[in-house]
Amino acid sequence: MATKSLKARHEDLVMDNKQMEILNGGIFEDGELPYFKDKIAHTGQFPLRPKKLEILQINVGYMCNQVCEHCHVDAGPDRKEIMTRETMEMCLEVIRNTSAHTLDLTGGAPEMNPDFRWFVEEAAKAGIKDFIVRSNLTIIRANKKYYDLPQFFKKHNIHVISSMPHYTRGKTDRQRGEGVFDLSIKALQELNAVGYGMPESSLRLDLVYNPSGAFLPGDQVAMERDFKKALKEDFEINFHNLFSITNLPIARFLDYLIASGNYEDYMYSLVEAYNPSAVANVMCTNTISVSWDGWLYDCDFNQMLGLKVASKIRHIKDYNEDILNDRNIIISQHCYGCTAGAGSSCQGSVT
Amino acid sequence: MASKKYNYKKYIMADSYYDPADLRKFGNITEWSEELGTKFFDYYGKVFEEGALSAREKSLIALAVAHVVKCPYCIDAYTKDGLQKGITKEEMMEAVHAGAAIESGATLVHGVQMMNKYKKLSM
Repeated sequence: MATKSLKARHEDLVMDNKQMEILNGGIFEDGELPYFKDKIAHTGQFPLRPKKLEILQINVGYMCNQVCEHCHVDAGPDRKEIMTRETMEMCLEVIRNTSAHTLDLTGGAPEMNPDFRWFVEEAAKAGIKDFIVRSNLTIIRANKKYYDLPQFFKKHNIHVISSMPHYTRGKTDRQRGEGVFDLSIKALQELNAVGYGMPESSLRLDLVYNPSGAFLPGDQVAMERDFKKALKEDFEINFHNLFSITNLPIARFLDYLIASGNYEDYMYSLVEAYNPSAVANVMCTNTISVSWDGWLYDCDFNQMLGLKVASKIRHIKDYNEDILNDRNIIISQHCYGCTAGAGSSCQGSVT
Repeated sequence: MASKKYNYKKYIMADSYYDPADLRKFGNITEWSEELGTKFFDYYGKVFEEGALSAREKSLIALAVAHVVKCPYCIDAYTKDGLQKGITKEEMMEAVHAGAAIESGATLVHGVQMMNKYKKLSM
């Protein structure tokens, strides 16, 4: 299990153009597999264009208490990229005026940003319909200063979305680190205790499942049924929905795929599972992703690949939704991850 | 300057009867017999849909049978399918044992035939 980010290990791979070189080269360059661009052109969906903006996703920093094997952010305790209060002020200005109905805070572990609570308090005043915080669960138990997070989330009516790769200890710990399973269970029980995830509760608690290896996620409905049954029977845990998310070949997951000799097979699986109807609903068509330093991206994945939006407006300080929405979305072969099977997004399946 | 690498792979048979990459080409069998190939894949797809048995249960049955018929392609395919469906390694191994038990039982139950024949031939 890695304890440092690829960046801290000075791995070549995370140099952005190295990843793009891999995604554009090899089996795609040889013509063995079609480029994503050509695939969507078949159904008249190229260039990919945004629809109405619904979700503003803000990445408040890459620092995290965990170093998960599959992390496309390459997050970890050694990452120093953290959103400043000044950039948060600019985000708040946008949050107050956006037509998006959902605000989605992610990271790293967003809670580790020193201004996280202040930002949530201010953002909550804007009255956005759905205010999501993506919490990795273990952070709630990582340090005394985080123990009251469930209460804090409740106070601001935060919709909590948490990662839980499996309902068994072995699979969870292999992907996310030793002890993560037990801490996650404890954190879920604490969230349940303040009302999160309970059957009739308005305090939303959803789980995110991503495969712990070089395979695609199964049917979301069937997985949700299995997770609910197991977590209820074994730990008395309740939650609302399970979102299954496909791992995209970026950063640590790409590193794992290559090192384990699974890269080509995985790309084959993604391309074989290509579903044209998922293209219409991929999240980049209704989301804007903001990085810790205020740059704008089509999605969190493009953010990690360093692919800024193809628009005159590229930074939160110049934000203009109308101009921004009139752009072509930047795509590459990683996009097959969002169009495989039932499709994949931060909100789970898209078909 | 190195000369352009010539792709022999296209023309030379693999030097092993089983190549994991051949699994991806399974669909190609339809090319030489479209009607039967299509009928087979339609049937195959239908069989593994959720029905009276869940897709998960069927995946475990398929994994057990894959071992009994000793099909390396099927073992690869249904191990991956099981992972995708969230099936644990303990469940997979139990399924393999269920297949193995039937297979060895099928051998052993013939022991009765042996016993019958033995008794018939012996004074």
